[in-house]
Amino acid sequence: MAIQLPIYMDYHATTPVDPRVLDAMLPYFNSKFGNAASRSHVFGWTAEEAVGHARETLARFIGASNPKEIVFTSGATESDNIAIKGVAEFYKDKGNHIITSVIEHKAVLDTCKRLEKQGYEVTYLKVDKYGRVDPDDVASAITDKTILVSIMLANNEVGTVQPIAEIGKITKSKGILLHSDAVQGVGKIPFNVEQMGVDLASVTAHKIYGPKGIGCLYVRRSKPRVRITSQMDGGGHEFGMRSGTLNVPGIVGFARAAELLIEEGEAESARIVSLRERLRTRLWKELDAIQLNGSPDRRLPGNLNVSFSFVEGEAMMMAIKDVAVSSGSACTSASLEPSYVLHAMGIGDDLAHSSIRFGLGRFTTEEEVDFVADLVIRKVNKLRDMSPLYEMHKEGIDINSVQWAAH
Amino acid sequence: MAYSDKVIEHYENPLNVGTLDKNDEQVGTGLVGAPACGDVMRLQIKVGEGGVIEDAKFKTFGCGSAIASSSLATEWLKGKTIDEAETIKNSMIAEELHLPPVKIHCSVLAEDAIKSAIADFRAKQQAKRELTGAAPSGAAKSAASASAE
Ligand SMILES: Cc1ncc(COP(=O)(O)O)c(C=O)c1O
Ligand code: FES
Repeated sequence: MAIQLPIYMDYHATTPVDPRVLDAMLPYFNSKFGNAASRSHVFGWTAEEAVGHARETLARFIGASNPKEIVFTSGATESDNIAIKGVAEFYKDKGNHIITSVIEHKAVLDTCKRLEKQGYEVTYLKVDKYGRVDPDDVASAITDKTILVSIMLANNEVGTVQPIAEIGKITKSKGILLHSDAVQGVGKIPFNVEQMGVDLASVTAHKIYGPKGIGCLYVRRSKPRVRITSQMDGGGHEFGMRSGTLNVPGIVGFARAAELLIEEGEAESARIVSLRERLRTRLWKELDAIQLNGSPDRRLPGNLNVSFSFVEGEAMMMAIKDVAVSSGSACTSASLEPSYVLHAMGIGDDLAHSSIRFGLGRFTTEEEVDFVADLVIRKVNKLRDMSPLYEMHKEGIDINSVQWAAH
Repeated sequence: MAYSDKVIEHYENPLNVGTLDKNDEQVGTGLVGAPACGDVMRLQIKVGEGGVIEDAKFKTFGCGSAIASSSLATEWLKGKTIDEAETIKNSMIAEELHLPPVKIHCSVLAEDAIKSAIADFRAKQQAKRELTGAAPSGAAKSAASASAE
């Protein structure tokens, strides 16, 4: 079978809409176009019914006991913002301290930074070399002013899965709210808000083969009932927590995407893990001086984050331009700063510059994996032939012992 | 980031990749940048009769623009005298390769590498003169360690 180029291996960035999801959505663009808030005619009722059904599916998807705990948003950035700002504002008389980690998504980190400017205090927990937050660190960071802990389910760069259930036990016992940005993990690894003691959770459709621009925030309604101050004023949609006419086709697609994962997620993850391991085995067998970034065992099925020492990430991406991946190299970012996640894990900037994130997903095939492995091996060798650092390494010079003039 | 055709051409078919004998007294070596910054460039020149650069080689750890800048620099160096070589400016490289603003520093690195290779060559010549007879003391000693900016 001929390989179709380009090959997509950037499933952490976004995913294509599954054809079954698209089929479910289409009628809601035209024949069933009603506004879910229209209470007085059949067009509105039809839309409302679809939304209600979607809420039930999504509640089931994350283990929520009540569909009313699902608040639709425009995506996880908005969900993270509403969760953190909404809790901070509502509970400000109770305390002003928030605990999060240094490897969170910018939607969480920058939200926390804004709150700091407004007088809140934020503790940014460190992670270990695998990118994992230690639950004991959460426990010891808690003060009598702490109102919220926000820790992601799994990291988008290195795929490290966080011990949310353990953290949930701690926050429950202290009566503090726990928010989790579940974007990367939900549907791929176990996630259940009831079993894990999560009070707020952010989810987005476009990472689970649904459309872009639709997501939800889970807001617990009992034990405890979580309150948030809404951040968007208007018609009082979504139980007053998020005003704005509902994106019905998006919601229907989001729910269909979740439904597919409820049915097939486990088998799919197993298949993706085996593809990832196939890629990893090939690379490790045929290349020297490569390093796995992230945890060897507690990681997302589709994530393989590798540093190819002595080869710069952007040059590597250019060399494999028919394969869409991403890199923690500064050269690829507008800020010219290497990945803050790798940095927080204690990975040297030189290795961060050499990192490539392969993201495998639903439509990745074995043929693609083999093609990518061959290509990467060939190009790493080619770039190393061009690399002064690899030559020094081969001569036995320790790159770290050289006095480099940083600039 | 979209690359110019010239960057892609130099990147895919780099000219003058390789190593010259850094102990050869006619060879000047410049090693600039730092692994932690994501770019290290080694540029070498071999200087013949009358100070003409006979050969130039490079190895670069860096992005495509850095590799293309080094490839172009070595190509420009060949056949020039070292005095002429010194007039090569990063802006000329950036212009030739149509580098966008965020990639200008990759061409700066190439200019630094040229200067550093020439300085190394000159230091070697100076040391040679000192060895063979009266010459001012305290000439710059340049090892093949990195210097930048
Ligand atoms: C962990 C994480 N949180 C939040 C987001 C933002 O989600 P959205 O694109 O739906 O705003 C992303 C995706 O970019 C993500 O990976
Ligand atoms: S070497 Fe980093 S941007 Fe060119």
